[in-house]
Amino acid sequence: MLNDIFIAPFVDMVEAPDFLMQVLWEGLVSGILYALIALGFVLIFRSSRIFNFAQGIMVVFAALTLVGLFAMGVPAWISVGLTLGVMFVLAVLIERVVLRPLVGQPDIILFMATIGITLFLIGFGETIFGGENKVMITEELGIPTGDTVLEPFGGLLILQHLDITVVIVATLLVLALLAFLNYTQMGRAIRALGDDHQAALSVGISLQTIWVLVWFIAGIIALVTGIAWGARAGVSFALEVIAYKALPVLMLGGLESITGAIVGGLMIGILEKLFEIYWGQPLLGGNTETWFAFVLALIVLLFRPQGLFGERIIERV
Amino acid sequence: MKDTEGYVTADGRQIGGTLMEMRNITLRFGGVVAIQDISFDIREGEVRAIIGPNGAGKSSMLNVISGFYTPSEGEVWYQGTKRPPMKPFEVARQGVARTFQNIALFEGMTVLDNVMTGRLTHMNAGVVSQALWWGKARDEEMENREKVERVIDFLEIQNIRKTPVGRLPYGLKKRVELARALAAEPSLLLLDEPMAGMNVEEKEDMSRFILDVNDEFGTTICLIEHDMGVVMDLSDRVVVMDYGKKIGDGTPDEVRNNQNVIDAYLGVPH
Repeated sequence: MLNDIFIAPFVDMVEAPDFLMQVLWEGLVSGILYALIALGFVLIFRSSRIFNFAQGIMVVFAALTLVGLFAMGVPAWISVGLTLGVMFVLAVLIERVVLRPLVGQPDIILFMATIGITLFLIGFGETIFGGENKVMITEELGIPTGDTVLEPFGGLLILQHLDITVVIVATLLVLALLAFLNYTQMGRAIRALGDDHQAALSVGISLQTIWVLVWFIAGIIALVTGIAWGARAGVSFALEVIAYKALPVLMLGGLESITGAIVGGLMIGILEKLFEIYWGQPLLGGNTETWFAFVLALIVLLFRPQGLFGERIIERV
Repeated sequence: MKDTEGYVTADGRQIGGTLMEMRNITLRFGGVVAIQDISFDIREGEVRAIIGPNGAGKSSMLNVISGFYTPSEGEVWYQGTKRPPMKPFEVARQGVARTFQNIALFEGMTVLDNVMTGRLTHMNAGVVSQALWWGKARDEEMENREKVERVIDFLEIQNIRKTPVGRLPYGLKKRVELARALAAEPSLLLLDEPMAGMNVEEKEDMSRFILDVNDEFGTTICLIEHDMGVVMDLSDRVVVMDYGKKIGDGTPDEVRNNQNVIDAYLGVPH
């Protein structure tokens, strides 16, 4: 038994390095998507202290809109542009109708409001686009579908072109967001707003503008994740779960930390794949990916309640 | 505008016309009257102080000027036009910068980033251009950086540029807050108790910086303070408030000899 837990998996890893690379690669692909989604949460949380429960449904809604527009005969890339437009309108509406009247209310009320947004989007999405599963318009968007076979260590490593594209696009988006937050005035305004509303107002930052901006960024992230995940699993309301995968990422990384979201996302993506293949399937009958991340986060929280990268909680008595 | 002539101060500085004018300002919170029918003006280039005992309504007045409170009655005139009710960020964009009594800084960000936020009012490039770090946004960022470095040098905080603000001691935080307000190149700089909680040495430093700012950049300054000694040395003209009313207005010497002011500060036998 101990042998199965502590020795055999590592022997397997060393004996078949090509397979290990395959596992790591697949972990990386989902990890970068988790990181991207977690970044959407962190941005909204930092600028408004709102835990955005609606992030998941935004992924579904973006994907549904894209597919729906295409089905109506709009060319693929124009559909992408229009979907971005829809996400922008959504951001403006959320700020106007939901956030603005609730300014200054306790955090929990704003959190409840995002649950309201979620329920609304589920109903609205179903009414307009219908509840049945759809296929992501992968080929129409020019995303390559073939694969490249490498032979490291005389073994076999299959890289799907779809995955390669996802990794490249998501990495670029993450880097762009980082640069935007750190080196532009708007980015600085976003970070500032989370720190002190009063001070932010006094230097001429408009709460409304920044909120629309962060919700729109969350919308862009939702669209990219929606396309990437939808291409693998189809477009349905089940896509929502990918956002819940971001929860353990946030617990690990801390809600405040942008680095935490990225590192946490990659870590969970890779670790859950490794665990599934080397421990889960042989010992636990598989399907551990659904819960592994949460257990990991729980264990981390036991020792570091602020998460791996969160700001240290110091209580003065 | 009532008067564009201005006057010459005791130390020979030429003060310009009216920059901001408060006309019959009244501010009520429910049944409490925080400010009662107060009028005064702030002229270009002067250091104007608002003083008074605790609870006199000084901070409320500053909040009215900076748009955090909307007056219940009365008019605010700025640069020759009547100002409609505005949000604080709109007032900031009109060139009014401020500091806070209890320091409101972005604790998680470095000193440099904090001061850079002061430049937000001078941001013209659009979001897209900023996101792509392209053309106008890029030039603006460079220009902003230069101006900010000048302010940082001026206030002698070069050595803490990269330090997160949360780690700084109180006196330095106050200075960073001043730097952020100055970075906006304001036409009117509001300071809410800039010397509160400071020791003698820090107070002297801060007084020197305030005078230097006024001298170097010609910035109009309106400050609140209850340390009479400091105020009298710093300011050109002083408004005295007590229980929400104006009880004196004039040069430090005039105010010092005003019987109402002496009574308010020393108390009168009833």
